[in-house]
Amino acid sequence: MLNQTDLTTPQPASLSYEFVPGGEAEPLDEHIVEIVSDSGEGAQKCGQLFGAISAQMGNGVWTVEIIPAEIQPPARTPEGASGIRVRVGSRLMTNMGNEADLVIAFNEQVLLSRIAAGAYKEGTIVLLDDMWASDPLEEIREAYASALEYIKSRGLILHEVSIQQECLKVIPDPLKGKNMFVLGMLCHIYNRDPQKGLAEIGKIFRRKKESVIRSNQELFAVGYDYARENVDYHFDIAGKAATDKPMVVMNGNQAIGLGVMASGMELVSMYPITPATSASHFLADDFNLTGGFVHQAEDEIAAIGFAIGASYAGKTACTITSGPGIALKTEMIGLAVMAEIPLVIIDVQRGGPSTGLPTKVEQGDLLASLYGAPGDSPKVILAPATISECFHFVTLARRLAESFRTPVLVLTDANLATGMQPFERPECDAEWFAPPIDQSDWDESVAAFDWHDETGLSARPIPGMRGGEYVLTGLAHNRRSKIAYDMVSNQMGCDMRSRKLAALAQTLISPEIHGDQEGDLLVIGWGSTLGTIEEAVDNLRATGKRVSSLHLRFISPLEPGLHDICTRFKKVMTIEMNYSDDPAASLISKETRRYAQLAQVLRAHTLLDIDCWSVVQGQPLQPGNVTAIIKERIDAIAGAK
Amino acid sequence: MFGIKSDWSLEVKDRYFTLDDYCGVEPRWCTGCGDLGILTAMHKVCREAQLLPEKIVSVSGIGCSSRLPHYMGTYGFHGLHGRALPVACGIKSRRPDLDVWVATGDGDCFSIGAAHWVHALRYNMDITIIVFDNGIYGLTKKQTSPTTPEEYLTNTHPGGSLLPPLNPLTVTLGVTNVSFVAQMVDWNPPLLYETLKAAHDHKGTSFVRIIQRCPVYMEQRSLDLQNDPADLLLLKHDDGIPVPDTVQKMFKNQLEHNPYDLGAAFTVAANTEKIPLGLLYRNPNARRYDEMTRRGLNMTDEERLKGLNEALDKFAV
Ligand SMILES: Cc1ncc(C[n+]2csc(CCOP(=O)(O)OP(=O)(O)O)c2C)c(N)n1
Ligand code: SF4
Ligand SMILES: [Mg+2]
Repeated sequence: MLNQTDLTTPQPASLSYEFVPGGEAEPLDEHIVEIVSDSGEGAQKCGQLFGAISAQMGNGVWTVEIIPAEIQPPARTPEGASGIRVRVGSRLMTNMGNEADLVIAFNEQVLLSRIAAGAYKEGTIVLLDDMWASDPLEEIREAYASALEYIKSRGLILHEVSIQQECLKVIPDPLKGKNMFVLGMLCHIYNRDPQKGLAEIGKIFRRKKESVIRSNQELFAVGYDYARENVDYHFDIAGKAATDKPMVVMNGNQAIGLGVMASGMELVSMYPITPATSASHFLADDFNLTGGFVHQAEDEIAAIGFAIGASYAGKTACTITSGPGIALKTEMIGLAVMAEIPLVIIDVQRGGPSTGLPTKVEQGDLLASLYGAPGDSPKVILAPATISECFHFVTLARRLAESFRTPVLVLTDANLATGMQPFERPECDAEWFAPPIDQSDWDESVAAFDWHDETGLSARPIPGMRGGEYVLTGLAHNRRSKIAYDMVSNQMGCDMRSRKLAALAQTLISPEIHGDQEGDLLVIGWGSTLGTIEEAVDNLRATGKRVSSLHLRFISPLEPGLHDICTRFKKVMTIEMNYSDDPAASLISKETRRYAQLAQVLRAHTLLDIDCWSVVQGQPLQPGNVTAIIKERIDAIAGAK
Repeated sequence: MFGIKSDWSLEVKDRYFTLDDYCGVEPRWCTGCGDLGILTAMHKVCREAQLLPEKIVSVSGIGCSSRLPHYMGTYGFHGLHGRALPVACGIKSRRPDLDVWVATGDGDCFSIGAAHWVHALRYNMDITIIVFDNGIYGLTKKQTSPTTPEEYLTNTHPGGSLLPPLNPLTVTLGVTNVSFVAQMVDWNPPLLYETLKAAHDHKGTSFVRIIQRCPVYMEQRSLDLQNDPADLLLLKHDDGIPVPDTVQKMFKNQLEHNPYDLGAAFTVAANTEKIPLGLLYRNPNARRYDEMTRRGLNMTDEERLKGLNEALDKFAV
């Protein structure tokens, strides 16, 4: 934390509180905490700070945002539920977990919507603001009272707390500020170092007036004391012994943004689309630190066109989007494939088809990425599985794009985009940056597409290179980039572009297996489900099940050795967050069943009968659920333990 | 034009460019196609200015006219139908040293690429846009374009084009931050040359609409204008397109038009009875987006690394 001091402008030195430490704390391995409110009440900020403070204390942390579809949904409605889930543990946290253990709710309606969503279980502790019990409107008082009964009937452990009342003692309008009071409560309940809380508040409000920082810190301190005096729960989740290694905590979109900066790319060309936009918001703030520029184009097509222009001119650029944007960019992606233009395309996947579920997660763009463009359009597709991979894969993508003269798609998703996780601070290296563009003379005898017969690779002339003048075209062309409609040239061009993927595959190593090298069931996943799948596999292995998992980072080309690995297991299945037919559903037979997207690819790739399980509920997968699914599948395997 | 400079040196002589240096492969347009005259004028502008061929990028979409980059001996980008402008702007964004020209058709620019047309004008990056307006879709064989005259028979409107044609000039002039708008015909080489030269010299986005002959699919429109120049109006001004003496007398209708006067430009543009030729509007003070997009271009790796660490440290715990 202290290495922040140079960045946080006014250090509120005068604000120091003497916190009375809590008594004996009950030790826990992990807890899942939710804060839910009407939108605009700052629950997310509160949860993020709680996560950051916990990370500083050496805990594993994973956060997921609960986002309503509308910007200003009506207050006190189930649809309006906005908030955040924070999973804090002693070990590395890689996913959102199952039902929450404790929730702080600003009103009963938003709480009801989370109950309906299955977010809680019997025994979940609920701390609910009691302000509605004395609301001047009778219907609100009644709604509140009946909700209390319902909540108790569901087996939740309900405690009313006076959030609004207490905040009013500090500020006249607690709408802005209640969240810091709640942060204070949480810091006491979970035995967090309150000084870290004060410091975090100073940090996030560093651009605000001193008085704003003060009042928020005061609310925090009051909340802390309130919990000490009025809330019986006092837990402790031990952190790992503090490591010497510096850590950072951020979400996947911030990691993508930083990754762009680290890769040395100088241009991000985008059109706003949820859940991708926040990566560009981050860059809009900080890209200038590495000399970059964010271009907000007039539409997605223009966004990728602009990036392609810069890339063609030697400055490999990046475009960041989500599913509907990918659909619009398809023709341009095909052009980049055809004309072999290096380019990085980041797709933060959301639910589809069409406008779909803008704020919610899905892994539905795999096949569109692979096959979306007309004709044969081979390209590299990467799938980071963690926040830190979101950071590192951007540099990898730029390098692959340039070395293999191809567009590279990076598929993340809404879960990674908003999920926050601490990871080891990357040691940045100027080697990661793109080299300065080559403006030396081009040997005129070398064609613009001087394809190496075996690998399809070629060096490319960059505008400004004397002697390299050529006309890039999206039409079929020969080595000299001359339009060529003849049989031989088109076949040759397609061969060479495809060959590059085979050449890249040669450089990859077989994926690591999580668990034993052989067994009854192998689960294959990709993207943000890594933590959930591995947690489920670990649960089952602990009970003696012979299950392992494998997580792909390269979707195109696929990592080598998959066929051999798969044959070492009695059964292989993918677990994904995209659509597949339930084999038990009506009309679904071996002939009609449509498989999940990676499963389709792997079936074709390995010629093995790879099964799948997938859902499109807009929610990250939960380890409990996945554990049950896997167990069911193992139990169905003849001879499995 | 022979570049005899006081610092005459072998290097300068070495790099004297002839028209040939700007020529690519043999053009494959139909006989009598107006595109050829435009290409020739472009070659001439490059040669007269002795532009470095390796620093020129001609960008196009798809269409007969968009074949132009292949006929240039420079770098070229023959991309997608309607999408030349975003690519051109992207090239310019981080490579201010490159000289970017755009060749686009009436379908390419005013129909499928209309969004980019409006926005490229507003960006006002230093590029030169030449619209080859033959009033028809040429490459795909005679479909109605936005500028096809009303009632003209096309393959998509065999009973005649249904709507009055779009006026590209008024639309262009209506875009905030537009900085250079000219119109010309392809069949007047001296004026065409002067127009393209002025457009290229302009700092900012120059938009030139060229009324182009397509003897195959839209012969009558240009024949009428060629036969009866009474429908043409030559715009003149000291800061306009220079009018060579030889062509003065070809135009019965001439108008002294102040290119800094946007209101007057609108009036001239909106009069579809008299087709204005010359410079309609010029604003040397319009904001230039390319001056913004190139921000940070000269940062050293050390500075970038420092910036990256600073950005990363904001997330430190
Ligand atoms: C996405 C897409 N849609 C349609 C086409 C087919 N197409 C090619 S050129 C063209 C029209 C060309 O007309 P214009 O821009 O006026 O150019 P001209 O040929 O007249 O010079 C069309 C419709 C295409 N290439 N791509
Ligand atoms: S069809 Fe028309 S525009 Fe196309 S090349 Fe022939 S004459 Fe020119
Ligand atoms: Mg046309």
